[in-house]
Order: sequence, then structure tokens, then C-alpha cells
Amino acid sequence: MASILAVDDSASMRKMVSFTLKTAGYDVEEAEDGVDALAKAKLRTFDCVVTDVNMPNKDGITLIRDLRQLPQYKHVPMLMLTTESGMEKKMEGKAAGATGWMVKPFNPDQLLKTLQKVLG
Amino acid sequence: MSIDMSQFHQVFFEECFEGLEAMESGLLSLDIGDIDSEVINTIFRAAHSIKGGSGTFGFTVVAGYTHIMETLLDEMRDGRRQVTKPAVDVLLGSVDCLREMLTSIQNEEDVNAASVAKHQTALEAELNGTAGGGEHSVPAHEFAPAPAPVVTAPSIIEEQPEEDEIDEEQGWKISFCPYLNLLQTGNDPVRLFRELSKLGELTSNVNIQDIPPFSELEPEECNISWELKLVSGVLEAEVREIFSFVEDDCALEFAPLAKPKKVKKPKPAPVIIEEVKVAPPVAESAPPPVVSAAKKPPVEADASKNAPKASSSIRVDTDKIDTLINMVGEVVITQSMLGLIGENFSMDKVGQLKRGLAQLERHTRDLQQSVMNIRMLPISFVFSRFPRLVHDISTKLDKKITLKLVGENTEVDKAVVELINDPLVHLIRNSLDHGIEMPADRIAAGKPEMGTIELKAYHRGGHIVIEIVDDGRGLDKNKLLSKAIEKGLVEESVIMSEKQIFELIFMPGFSTAEQLTDISGRGVGMDVVRRNIQSLGGNIDIISELGKGTTIAIHLPLTLAILDGQSVAVGDETYIVPLVSIIESINITEKMLNKVAGKGETFKLRNEYLPIIRMREIFNVKSGAATKSNEGVIVVVEGQGALCGFLVDELLGQQQVVIKSLEANYRRVEGVSGATILGDGSVALILDVPGLVRLSVR
Repeated sequence: MASILAVDDSASMRKMVSFTLKTAGYDVEEAEDGVDALAKAKLRTFDCVVTDVNMPNKDGITLIRDLRQLPQYKHVPMLMLTTESGMEKKMEGKAAGATGWMVKPFNPDQLLKTLQKVLG
Repeated sequence: MSIDMSQFHQVFFEECFEGLEAMESGLLSLDIGDIDSEVINTIFRAAHSIKGGSGTFGFTVVAGYTHIMETLLDEMRDGRRQVTKPAVDVLLGSVDCLREMLTSIQNEEDVNAASVAKHQTALEAELNGTAGGGEHSVPAHEFAPAPAPVVTAPSIIEEQPEEDEIDEEQGWKISFCPYLNLLQTGNDPVRLFRELSKLGELTSNVNIQDIPPFSELEPEECNISWELKLVSGVLEAEVREIFSFVEDDCALEFAPLAKPKKVKKPKPAPVIIEEVKVAPPVAESAPPPVVSAAKKPPVEADASKNAPKASSSIRVDTDKIDTLINMVGEVVITQSMLGLIGENFSMDKVGQLKRGLAQLERHTRDLQQSVMNIRMLPISFVFSRFPRLVHDISTKLDKKITLKLVGENTEVDKAVVELINDPLVHLIRNSLDHGIEMPADRIAAGKPEMGTIELKAYHRGGHIVIEIVDDGRGLDKNKLLSKAIEKGLVEESVIMSEKQIFELIFMPGFSTAEQLTDISGRGVGMDVVRRNIQSLGGNIDIISELGKGTTIAIHLPLTLAILDGQSVAVGDETYIVPLVSIIESINITEKMLNKVAGKGETFKLRNEYLPIIRMREIFNVKSGAATKSNEGVIVVVEGQGALCGFLVDELLGQQQVVIKSLEANYRRVEGVSGATILGDGSVALILDVPGLVRLSVR
């Protein structure tokens, strides 16, 4: 099953995302900010990255930009989790190389549905 | 898939409360006029996280409220709005309001709507009032907390086609022409087609005429375009949804395959995709495709009802757990090594066995220390609440006071953290109210206008010391004394030391403040404070100088279950002296001993005369080889701030002992803090050094 890196500084959101994905059978690893995520992403190549945008140390958009620089992540789907107010963030994320986005709040089903769109 | 969201609620609440604390301390540290953008960012992020989480977990009231805060903070962050004191105060009020809301939700109680409305009005007034006219009012009201749980509109459209409108020959012709960079965001046309084919029968026509000659081909660019035909009754919005991630990276056109044969209801209008043409209208009157959010079932709004009650959990640093796991690993290795020796044991392996046992001892000790460490929390858990307290009260009293925190990372037992809060609040309120003078009085007394309260924590010996130091007016001995006499708490004729006079404030029913305020108590506090601290096994001291300030020091024991002890022999008995209180041990010689009139027996240690406590006498030990009164070992200990020597027969060895409560198993014995079981199964008493010192003074 596909491996996914779930990045969020909020433990409850991260647990929710990670639990949902694990229940659906994905192999999930968690990271608590962009710096943590980048380090983990270098250790193994994930099939997909799901990241929050607003995080300390390194935000999600910078993370996506940094990951796209790595040869092994050139075409890996990366989803960002944003809030409804963040239309410009979406564009910024897109420019950084995000594959798509999910708008918060979302529920587990929406998450899986969106993920299926970009995985496979 | 159904996921029980309530399992995340506990983590969410903990996170929210942490976030609120971060917001609060951030808001308090904001220097009006000189704004640190990183601080604003931290505050913003906390609000943002709470909003995101509460939306996801179905607490829309909270989400709506934080949305307004977030909007306000966002403007501050971008520099579109000045950070003013009123704004900070409103935000602080909002933090309180949110905390209240979350506590109610956590306890499955109704949110206090009146209080929320009050804070929200203040918040909206701040948002709309000062900056930029009415333009900000929209987001604020859009998210107004709803009385009933209503879930905010999910943006992913899951509208089901209405069956009766479907026509079998209905469908969409899609012209999909990716830009060169489409693949660079990790999108893949193949996946899009896969999604499309789930909606109906998909046929594709590939256009490869734009592919450059091989020598010029950039493999990462997309040079292919497609003409797709989807036979399906789905609405255009649903088809567009599939392309939502790529709509800026391609030219996309939709056209209905054929006109529907029967039109029961008006069809949705075709949508103009930025690139070019407008598809011909399908039906004469064409309301736009409406995504009905209201039809969505309330996602998790009711889940909170099943949320488990707050359990007593503890947050542990990952480093601590890693150390623990590491230690367990070591123990397992040692165990298997010992197992190997034991399997085929012969006398020539004794050396090996001893080494193994020594190793096991070391690892057990480390392991035990790591486990104990889990219970240790930094005192900042308590201290972090005080900046807000000082801010609020000093504003109320019109005093200028700064609070300095020192040693916030000092670790103390979780039980101490939980129980020390109330006494500290009381003591700090006292300092604020009675200690620090009004600014004018301070200037008159030649002190800086700004008063200072310092809250310190540090380890000393086996104790943690918490000090509250203020540079206020100090305690007035004469006033205290006359007050005490007036209240009949002491006799007029009694001569008291300074220390004893200060101790008077701990007596029930004592209060010196000329005017009672609602901030600090009516003399029903300090005795309770002292009792609470004593119940934790600690004590409290006052040092004060009139006109200069007051220091209140609280000493608390650090460990609660295990202690490093020195075992000493007294006759046939073994006693344990806590290692932390031992300064040194020396063999006694005749000429070191002195009898001093009125002070009992003393001995001279370097240039100091120290009192001696004979263990044999104090515990009435008669057994064992009678040693001469002037032979033995003096263990120099520190207790109650004074040095003192315990005369014992012999030092035995140092070891860690597990403290068993004597009170729980027998009864309280003065001079003994507990008991332990030695390796040979016998019981040894653990000496309570301060208690013994007190005992000997009497």
C-alpha cells in the first residue's frame, strides 16, 4: 500500500489524518513541522505528502518547494491542507509545486476521496 | 468509512488549551508600539490551529469565534492594523472566552451563550471599529456562532445527480489541453481519466501533433492534449471537480454531448472556463449550479456527546521516552548475558557473574531514574499562568509591575505542579496588593516607579525552592506585632524574634491591610497556604526588610518515592540518612567534643561549633556492642538551614531505597520520614533530617 507522509503541527489534526489513512490501509508516517518532514522525506521516499500550511519552523508551502527540488520528489503528489480563507495560499502552493489541496474543515471520507484522486 | 472522531477530542482539547496559553503569553509579551512579528505569528498560528481543529471536529461555535480572532490577528500580522492596548485586551478577553467555551464543551455542558456573545461583540467592534471602516464586517458575521450545530460548507462537492433528470445519452465533451508544466506539480492526466471513468463511460482521443522531435523533447513537459467523451448523467460541477487541481495548468473546455430529451427542471448553466468559448445554453432559464451545503449531514457535531471525560494524562518529552527505551534495551541485554552465564554455571564464571550483576545494578538504577523522570514536569507549567495574573491585577490596581520568571525549566514532580498553583496564586496576589506600592509612593520612596516581582525556582539539596521576591514596602514588624496583640493572638509580654513575628501572618484570622480589597484575602489565606505546602512535605519562610521588599521561599521535596540514602548503624539498628542532606562524615575524636552551657553537646568542625544529636539516645537504642560515648562517626547534615551532627556508630553504605510510608502502615513518628526494606528483608527507618533538628532543639 502506498506510503504517505502526514505533516501538521497540530497533534489532533495529525492524528486524525494519520488514523484515517492508516484505517484505510495506507502506510503513514507523521511529521510535526516542515523541518521534521523534510528530514523524514529524505530518509525514505513517500508516495504522497499531505501537509498543513501554517506551521512553525517551516511552513507547508516552503516544504513543498523544498521537496520538489529533490529529484525523488519531482513527481510525487503533494496535497496541502488549507483553510477556506486561503485562496491566495492555494495559488502560492500551486506555484511552489503542490499537486492539490484540501480545504479545512474536512472529514475522513473527503480526505480519502481526495487522496485517491492523486494517488495511483 | 466511518471514523470515530471523538477519539481525537481529548488531544484536541489539550492542544487548544496549550494554544490558548501560548496566545496569552504572546499577547502579554507584546510591547505596544514595538511589535515583534514572530510573536504575532505565534499567536496567529495558535488561533489558526484552534480554528482548523474545531471546524474539523465539529465544534462550529469555537470555529466561528476563532475565525474572527484570526481575521483580526491576520491584519495585525500583515501590518494592516495597529496593535493597540484595547485590541490586546479584547484578544485576552477572547482567550478567556474560548477557554470557557472549550471547558464547557469538554465537560459536555452548554456553552454560556451570553458570555460568548459579549466577547464576540467586543471582538467584532474591535475588528470593524478602528481599522478600515465596514469592509471587515463580512467575514465576522459570516462565521457567527450558530445556535444549533451547523457544519460549515465542505468545499468538496459531493452533489448527487438527481436521478430523474438523467438522460441516457447525456454526457460531456471535454477538451483537455495541458500546459507544458502540468506534470511538474505531481498531477498526472492518467489519474484524472481514471477518476472520470468512474463517473461513466469514457472515451479518449489523444492529440500528439504537438510532440516535438525527439532531440528537442523535454521529458518532463506535457506535450499531449486530449479530446474526451464522457457518457454520464453527472452534473458539470462534478466533472469540473475532477479537474480542480489542474484547471490553472491547462486549457479546459466543456460542452454537453447532446441536448437532454426531456427537461423536467432547468439544467445548470454551462460554465465559462477562462480560456475561450462559451458553450451554447442548454435550457432557456439557467440558474447556476448550486452546491447545497445544507444537505450535508452534520458531520461530527454530535460526536462530542460521546467524548470521554478528561483523564489525568501527562505529556512526556520524547527524549525522556527514548532514554527509557534505551535503558530497557540495556537491561534486556544484561539479562540475556546473565541468563547465558546461569545456563551453564561453574565456579570459574563467578567473576563474569559479578560483572554482570554490577551492570544490572547500574542499568536498574538508570532505568528507575528514567521512569521517575517521566513524572517530572518543568515548573513553567505553573509559572506560565502568572504573567496574565500580574497583568490583570496590576491594571486593576493602577500599579506598574513587571514579573520576572527565573528557572522555569526546573523540573518538579507532577503532583507538586498540580498542588502548588493555588498557594502561589495567593502569595503573588498578596505581593501585588500589599507588597508593591502605588507608583507615586514608590517615587516618593526613591524607588523606580515600576515595581518588580520575581518568581524563581531552583534546586537546592534534595529540595526545590520556589521564591517570590518583591521590591515593595516590606513587612512592618511593629505593625504586625501590635496587630497581633490587638487581635489577642499573642501576649504583650512575649518577646519574639523577627522571624517569629513574620510567622504571625500565617496565623488564622490575621490581616494587616488597611483596606481589604477583592484581590487579596481577608486573612483567611495565609494559614491555608502554609497548610497546603506542609501537606506536600514542604515549608515556607519569610525574609523581609521594611521599605526594601519581601521574599517568600517555599521549600518542597523533590522526589516522592525513591531516595538516595546513606545507611548508618546505630547499635543493631540500621537507619537511612537521605544522601542529599549529608554535607560530610568524619571520625570523631575526644578533643572535638565540647559541652556548652545551655546549648548541649557541640563539636568543633573547622571554625564552627555544631550541635550533636546522639542517634543512640534519640531513638533509645540499647542493643549492640556498647560503644564509648566519644567514639563513632559524626554525619554532618543540613536541615532547616542549619548544620548539625548526627552521632552514629558506623557508616554502612550508600544505596537507593524505596520509601514506604510509615503513616500508612503504622503511624506518624517524629524524626522519621518513612521506612524501607533492606536487601536482607529487615526494615530500616529513614531519618527526617529537618524533623530531627527540630526535635533536638527542644
